[in-house]
Amino acid sequence: MNGSAVPMNTPLDEPNDNPQGAVAVTALAPAKAPVEPTGLTPARRRLLMASFFVLVMAIWHFAVVLLQVSPLIFPGPLAVTRALVELVQSGEIVKHLGVTLYEILAGFAFGAIFGLVLGALIGQSALLEAVLYPYVVAFQTVPKVAVAPLFVLWFGFDTTSKVVITATIVFFPVLANTIVGLRSAPRDQIELMRAFTASPWHVFKMVRLPHALPYVFAGLEIGIVLAVIGAIVGEFVGAQAGLGYLILQRNFSMDAAGMFAVLVVLSLIGLMLHSLMKFIARRVIFWTEAFTDLSRGS
Amino acid sequence: MNMPLTPQQAEAPAFSFDRLQKEFRSKDGGDVIALRDVGFEVRNGEFVTVVGPSGCGKSTLLRILAGLERASSGTVALGGKAVTGPSRDIGVVFQAPVLLPWRTVLQNVLVPAQIQGRDIKVATERAMHYLALVGLGNFATKYPGELSGGMQQRVGIARAFVNDPMLLLMDEPFGALDAMTRETMNLELHKLKERTGATIMLVTHSIPEAVFLGDRVVVMSPRPGRVTQIVEVDLPHPRSLDMINTDRFGAYVSSIRTNLNAAGGLD
Repeated sequence: MNGSAVPMNTPLDEPNDNPQGAVAVTALAPAKAPVEPTGLTPARRRLLMASFFVLVMAIWHFAVVLLQVSPLIFPGPLAVTRALVELVQSGEIVKHLGVTLYEILAGFAFGAIFGLVLGALIGQSALLEAVLYPYVVAFQTVPKVAVAPLFVLWFGFDTTSKVVITATIVFFPVLANTIVGLRSAPRDQIELMRAFTASPWHVFKMVRLPHALPYVFAGLEIGIVLAVIGAIVGEFVGAQAGLGYLILQRNFSMDAAGMFAVLVVLSLIGLMLHSLMKFIARRVIFWTEAFTDLSRGS
Repeated sequence: MNMPLTPQQAEAPAFSFDRLQKEFRSKDGGDVIALRDVGFEVRNGEFVTVVGPSGCGKSTLLRILAGLERASSGTVALGGKAVTGPSRDIGVVFQAPVLLPWRTVLQNVLVPAQIQGRDIKVATERAMHYLALVGLGNFATKYPGELSGGMQQRVGIARAFVNDPMLLLMDEPFGALDAMTRETMNLELHKLKERTGATIMLVTHSIPEAVFLGDRVVVMSPRPGRVTQIVEVDLPHPRSLDMINTDRFGAYVSSIRTNLNAAGGLD
């Protein structure tokens, strides 16, 4: 993509009042064409992905058949599909899906808001960081799964305890990323703002906050995936409804295929929420593309 | 703001340094003298350039005038008043354009106007005026990421002009640009200055740049930074790039270079 070297390939909206047009044109960044790093066209990539899926399903199916694994222990893909269809057709899924989705989203919302607000406070004040942050880290080192029974004890078997557990899990990555993000603003940009007589509030609003957004969204992306875990863990400890509850129920009745079916639904939820998050991120932090991928794995 | 000026105010220099001293505490605990006994005055409408080797404190001088740093002793006055912090009357351009990537070119130019709570309608008109002057009239709705380095720096210059500051401070504004872009930027800045009559202090380590742009060139020695020479550049206005090849231009450059070499040299 070295089109900028050839004057004929330069964008049409070049300025005609630009006296240094020739200089500027050669220095223009090359147009951003959607080239996939794989070197494949999108259609071929999707075809390959689908083929891989079919291959794994086939291996799974034949492994189960050939090794004569008991369907009570490890059902084949066909049995799982049947269980999934049944789950959807009976309408049983609707209620449990609704409960778990509510727990995920409410817990995510509370955890994210709390992480953002506390992160903004700590990110702005060295004093708050010195006093509060060690405790926040100490709290984070306690496995939330281990605390879950307490939350159920305090908030009951209802959805509230799951929302609380989810919120505590989502909270930390959002908090940590917000703090780092607020500190990521380049010094010279802040200096320039100060030279133009900006108040600390202006600097926060115009420079620090927008600079923090890519980090915040990376935290939210991690958070939304963790939220699914939080809700299920909460339901495992004690619940009356939800997909986690459904998994336990199937487990007691030795219905492995049914458990797999719920797992499929769960992973679909996770995928969907994560894609939604990425979709929103791309629109809000349109000026950077690198960030969301950079911190996804952390 | 529009009160008639008393004769004293009218004659007051745009800014002045008097026996300015700046010391830093270095990491090993010793004191480093960055500026020693710096004193000169600049008239309204004058373009003064400050040239010296890196580490001579010329950027520190500019930052003190911009209110970003305090002098250890001595006085700095802007329009007759002592500088105590950043001033609304000053526009600045740094070596890096430092644009906000989530704002369009126009929105970037408007940043100082927004910070200072000025009438955005008026400021937008002025922003468009200055963008046209720096040759970016058609780029107002683009994002900085879509511009070349030279174009970004021009946005930074338009931004510095948007509030019609009394004084424009430029800290090696073209240091990161390639030689050809740099020359054209010098010419553009010169034209902008001729059209607006702004008072400008520009810090550079390029002697030809300092001579080409400056009505006066302040020459500084290496650490501790002192003013060793102030050269009146008596070249006709408007200046053109052809002048760079004239004997008179060359004489100014070589005289400043000789002076710098005597004082410890350009590194």
